[in-house]
Amino acid sequence: MANNIWVYIDQFKGNPSQASWEAIGLAKSLAHQMGGGVMALVFGSGVEELAKTAFQYGATTAILVDDPSLADFRVEPYAATLAKLASKQKPEVIIGPTSTRVRDTFAMAAVDLGTGVIVDATAVELKDGTLQAVRPVYAGKLLTTVICKEKRPQMITIRPRAFPMPEANRGASGEINKAAPALAEEAVATKVVGYLVEEGEVSVDGAAIIVSGGRGVNGPEGFEPIRNLAKVLGAAVGASRAAVDAGWIPYPHQVGQTGKVVSPDLYIAAGISGAVQHLAGMRTAKVIVAINKDNEAPIFNLAKYGVVGDLFEIVPALTEEFKKRLGK
Amino acid sequence: MNIVTCIKQTPDSAAKLQVVDNKVTWGDSPLIVNPWDEYAYEEALLLREKFGGKVVAISLGPESALEALKTCLAVGCDEAYLVSDPTLAGSDASATAYSLAKAVQKVGEVDLVLFGKQAIDGDSGLTATMVARYLGWSLLSYVIKIAEIDPTAKTIKVERMMEEGRQVCTAKLPAVVSVIKGINEPRYPSFMGIRKASKATIPAWSASDLGLEPSKIGSTGSAIAWLDIYPMPVKETRVEMIEGETPQEIAAKLADKLIADKVV
Repeated sequence: MANNIWVYIDQFKGNPSQASWEAIGLAKSLAHQMGGGVMALVFGSGVEELAKTAFQYGATTAILVDDPSLADFRVEPYAATLAKLASKQKPEVIIGPTSTRVRDTFAMAAVDLGTGVIVDATAVELKDGTLQAVRPVYAGKLLTTVICKEKRPQMITIRPRAFPMPEANRGASGEINKAAPALAEEAVATKVVGYLVEEGEVSVDGAAIIVSGGRGVNGPEGFEPIRNLAKVLGAAVGASRAAVDAGWIPYPHQVGQTGKVVSPDLYIAAGISGAVQHLAGMRTAKVIVAINKDNEAPIFNLAKYGVVGDLFEIVPALTEEFKKRLGK
Repeated sequence: MNIVTCIKQTPDSAAKLQVVDNKVTWGDSPLIVNPWDEYAYEEALLLREKFGGKVVAISLGPESALEALKTCLAVGCDEAYLVSDPTLAGSDASATAYSLAKAVQKVGEVDLVLFGKQAIDGDSGLTATMVARYLGWSLLSYVIKIAEIDPTAKTIKVERMMEEGRQVCTAKLPAVVSVIKGINEPRYPSFMGIRKASKATIPAWSASDLGLEPSKIGSTGSAIAWLDIYPMPVKETRVEMIEGETPQEIAAKLADKLIADKVV
């Protein structure tokens, strides 16, 4: 059991994050080199289905902690359960996708386990028996190679979309071991009162396509054409700090150093000049399209495709074009 | 209400960074208070205005971090302490959190510890969570609104920003809270504040002042090590300009490219 690689499956209300499966993909390739299997950790309430999905992506076994006290995410019971299981079974490696939940869960469990956490890895390789992870620091301007020296487990969160998505094998199955949560409900001081979820909007976290607006959209109503294009593409709406600070769009949309760091397949920047702080949040996008009136805007240095022109003409034209092409 | 705000000194977010001999340098660009931590001290000051008590700023770092602490005094924090010791060099997030937790305990009666959600240099976002664990207090992370505090009943209600939206939750005090942008508008130091801060002496706490165990701090006490650091490789992208007579023509050409690239 000790040489199993553990993968922590991140979920919200039973919906798993895609990066959880990417983590299984990474674990599979590491298990191939280190020996042993991949064990999925599924915590939540009514989440047995996720363990079965984990088998399809390559997990060989799973620990399922299914309990009403885990219905809402709260770090204390999640971290205590992770730490208790790991201190008993002593895995070499625990991998999870980077998210607000996994960051907190791993950080708290690491204190209990006397180890550390490597967050937001974009590459991981095995060298002399130890995992070496590469991660962006200083807002993505620099990279560092990080290791967990002697302490175990080696706990790593991986950046969503940085590792390939494994193929699902519909017929695969595995053994599910059930375990109890480490804390009783009475022992958890934090209580969840409810959620204020902005309905119907795609979050920029983990989005495959992001359409972003900046100072050039000129006001809150300027995000309408941006939203229309995003809708046709099934994309999330992003924004530069200038647009957020001006109050045109709420903060969760902000991409950049003091906002979200994203790595979509396609990033369309409309009316964004490309300040260093913005580039820090989206430079790892596979394809960047810049639409700007100013042909000297720094965003063009990073873009694969550039359009010099008025976003209020180009973006609606693109929306119409994609409506036709995508049959919407 | 006694509140501790933990702050880190970092290079300016607009600084041009260079790596020389595996060390990061930023020329003559100024060192600043980590931008996320400005939201933490601002929230601490707002809570003091409402409930009374004091705000204590703590920073772990080299002596240069005194400047960042002076900024905290200039905006109105009541006290500031520097945790500084050569044996702390190379501390990872956990060793840093252990040391900060000891510093919070040395302050004495504390109801709330406030952090920015992460520092813009290491970008780990682990320290607040780990401090909460070392102290054995509740953690409320990524908080965008402190909705209620009842200092007598020792309860707190907040809105936390998760990927899917806001989670509203309650917890008991004392607690550790990490905050994000949007919670407030950090104030600027006043002229009088700057004058007062420039004259202040900021006490420094060493590892032995805090009773830190040598085996738990510095590079020897850290599980995590950075082996090297280097600039992000520059992606060789020469921008391809898409031109046309009409927006429709440009849109059609661009759509061709993006479909060929398989990104839509």
